[in-house]
Amino acid sequence: MPELTANGIAIDDTFAEAFDMRATAIVITAPTERWAAQAATTMTGFATSVIACGCEASVESILSPQQTPDGRPGVRVLMFAVSTAELQRQLQNRVGQCVLTSPGSACYAGLDSGEDKLKLGDAIRFFGDGWQIAKRLGARRYWRVPVMDGEFVCESITYLTKKAVGGGNLIIMGESPAKTLDATEAAVTAMREIADVIMPFPGGIARSGSKVGSKYKGASASTNDRYCPTLKGAVDSALSPEIASVLEIVIDGLTSDAVAQAMRAGLAAIIELGPERGAARIGAGNYGGKLGRHHYHLKDLVP
Amino acid sequence: MSSLTFSLRDAPDQRLDLSPLISQNLAGRTAADIERIEVGTTRIRVLAGDIFRIRKGDPETIVIEGGAERFDRVGMGMSSGAIRVEGKVGVEAGRLMSGGQLTILGDAGPFAGSGMKGGMLDIDGDAGERLGGPLSGETVGMSGGVLHVRGDAGERAADRLRRGFILIEGRAGAYAGSRMIAGTLAIGGEAGDLPGYLMGRGSILLGRGASLFSPSFGDCGEHDLVAARLLADYIAQTSAKLASLFRQPLRRLAGDLAALGKGEILLPNP
Repeated sequence: MPELTANGIAIDDTFAEAFDMRATAIVITAPTERWAAQAATTMTGFATSVIACGCEASVESILSPQQTPDGRPGVRVLMFAVSTAELQRQLQNRVGQCVLTSPGSACYAGLDSGEDKLKLGDAIRFFGDGWQIAKRLGARRYWRVPVMDGEFVCESITYLTKKAVGGGNLIIMGESPAKTLDATEAAVTAMREIADVIMPFPGGIARSGSKVGSKYKGASASTNDRYCPTLKGAVDSALSPEIASVLEIVIDGLTSDAVAQAMRAGLAAIIELGPERGAARIGAGNYGGKLGRHHYHLKDLVP
Repeated sequence: MSSLTFSLRDAPDQRLDLSPLISQNLAGRTAADIERIEVGTTRIRVLAGDIFRIRKGDPETIVIEGGAERFDRVGMGMSSGAIRVEGKVGVEAGRLMSGGQLTILGDAGPFAGSGMKGGMLDIDGDAGERLGGPLSGETVGMSGGVLHVRGDAGERAADRLRRGFILIEGRAGAYAGSRMIAGTLAIGGEAGDLPGYLMGRGSILLGRGASLFSPSFGDCGEHDLVAARLLADYIAQTSAKLASLFRQPLRRLAGDLAALGKGEILLPNP
């Protein structure tokens, strides 16, 4: 399959296939960056894949006090789901259980516009048991909910976009697990510089890429055996003999362009690292182009 | 295009109702038309042309050169555009306005911004009693927008405030924020007796306290509130001087516990 080579790394002539999703963003602030990150990390736990988590969510960026509504350190979190109703459910459950509960936290809309609105503070305010206070400042409305360390301030709504894309991906193949991980980490680091995208798997990396379906009833996905190096000799493997490890980066973005930018940045980082220290080959996952309407051809994204 | 300008000829002989002189009323009318607008309030008929020399211009920006304590209802009901009064005005300036910017470079009489729903009312001088408040028989006062007074305000400022911001850089008379339903009142100078009298909800920020507090407010202690940061940032868009008073931990008095009791007075330590 590889047709293209860049800095000694084979690039498959293939494409990543991605899907339309609903997405939203929130900004979490706290007295310190550590506690803002803690609230966000807790909120985005168990949010790697819509297959079983209900949503895909992660920290998109760290915000300085000058970038947040209340002048405190903050983080911006992106959250993706397959429907508006599921996104609403996940948002209010996660903010309610993980951000409201985090010391000193406050929560604001992370999108200023969108096709629809999602309840944020409007869903959490009832925790105040009647002591909650609404405060409208210009076009924005905030809830102040009394809690044991003071008040939880939460903007009433955030917006959602229906232009979001989930499932952009790169498959990184290397001659050893260590070199493959180094290359993949370099790609994730580069991708994190791109606005409006997240890589929702642990540390941005998935080691258990899946295929659709399973031999077992009730399992909608199962291991991508063609990319498992320990099955190279047993299945119709996609791997050449020298490949000993494969990792995947899944990218969700608020726009298709953001996903493409992130893939481009990731590819550039892997290529720059070179095959001696990193990957031997780069591919991408797709379903033959029949399931998702967003196709990102690697040959178009290679720098 | 220059402003549509009303230049005062002489001090008026009677109180005037200047509510017709707003952008949405004057759009598309000639200067001669405008001169024939009745502005009198007695049996003696008074036309705009009798009171003002009118220079044609864009009705979205109206300038009234010269003011008088008898100029009542300036900008009443305005929904867009800008009106600047280069002098003082009488009662009910900006009453029921829903948009636009009304600037009064002098003092304003009672009921300025009464029942205001939106827009910005800026009073350079002092304001009379019941700033933003309802008239007799009305149940709700100001319900939106920003009302900014650089000087002092009379008694019962923000009476029955429902929503929006009333910002007073100077002092306020007794019963500031009386019967407040919600919204925010900020006062830079000392407030008179019993601020927040019978308020149900809403926030009163007092930069320099009050001459007498009601015993029906409960002291909730001093707090560094995130909400106060947001409030100060929002107030700073209009008055950095006023906002600076609230960028510190604030003591919170909950009340009025003689009424619904879900409002608050926030004040810095002296």
